[in-house]
Amino acid sequence: MQFFGGSEISPSPPAPTASGNNGHMLYVFNRNGICLLYREWNRPLHTLNAQQDHKLMFGLLFSLKSLTAKMDPTSAEKGNLGVPQLPGQGCSFHSFRTNTYKLSFMESPSGIKIILVTHPRTGDLRDSLKYIYNLYVEYVVKNPLYTPGSPIRSELFNTTLDQYVRGIA
Amino acid sequence: MAPVAPRTGDAIFANIERVNAELFTLTYGAIVRQLLTDLEEVDEVNKQLDQMGYNIGIRLIDEFLAKSNVSRCVDFRETADVIAKVGFKMFLGVTASVTNWDAEGTTCSIILEDNPLVDFVELPDNYQGLYYCNILSGVIRGALDMVSMKAEVTWLRDALRGDDVFELQVKLLKQVPEEYPYKDDE
Repeated sequence: MQFFGGSEISPSPPAPTASGNNGHMLYVFNRNGICLLYREWNRPLHTLNAQQDHKLMFGLLFSLKSLTAKMDPTSAEKGNLGVPQLPGQGCSFHSFRTNTYKLSFMESPSGIKIILVTHPRTGDLRDSLKYIYNLYVEYVVKNPLYTPGSPIRSELFNTTLDQYVRGIA
Repeated sequence: MAPVAPRTGDAIFANIERVNAELFTLTYGAIVRQLLTDLEEVDEVNKQLDQMGYNIGIRLIDEFLAKSNVSRCVDFRETADVIAKVGFKMFLGVTASVTNWDAEGTTCSIILEDNPLVDFVELPDNYQGLYYCNILSGVIRGALDMVSMKAEVTWLRDALRGDDVFELQVKLLKQVPEEYPYKDDE
């Protein structure tokens, strides 16, 4: 899904010259809309406070998912826009691109949502998000002292994540 | 194309890091033993095992989803199948079968012929009410809860009580729709 034509639009930031500096930020939400993790690497402009920002992001994903499912031309049965969907119903989106950034999105059936915002010219990040989900399992879920649903405070997870994102975007 | 979801957990089981089966079985046994000592009442132990299983299940589901490539199931039948064929294989190394569906497709039985938890175990007379493997029903309940299915899981047959197999009845109570978690005025 693309809101604006991808590459010809200007002004657009220069194409990524070397990898390593094109990840902007990453969010991890759980099924209750709680922001478990927010990492930021390159985000000069902050207009909202953190809490509002997280809520806005979650709201955007929620509505966009509902919209994409509603517009699905291949499925005969779909609910009304805004009506909650049962798990397993409806399609979802993988990413959207604007002239200045690309947002990639993954949701597990258990409701973990991973959002990565990168340079608009980054390629398909679906496998990368999946890998980040695996990192989340290894470093967070398997930690017996981590309380499910609470914000993640794990140095090891953060470091690994920073390294990995630097490697892909 | 979405990756094809596995029909069995064999491949994942082969790639997963494993511990010695005896260590696993005996560790579980030590936990049950300690609970019997601490709680004294067999019913309390059953409850506690179920709760411990639930707490495991709500975490286990993410590992399961991350490693198995299973995406959303279309219906509860598929869900039960995936639990029995992929889930049990992945985490216990055994395969279970699914039978006894009711007409609505909301209740079924998961049959476990081989159960690594009960090696070495015999129920003595004073613990006849104990559901030794009650942790398993909790795990399934917790994992299903995290994919928005409220379920009731009960033991119908228990080999430790003289039946020929272990039979877990899984009853889907309701599927919870995804809702916007914030209130408008927040």
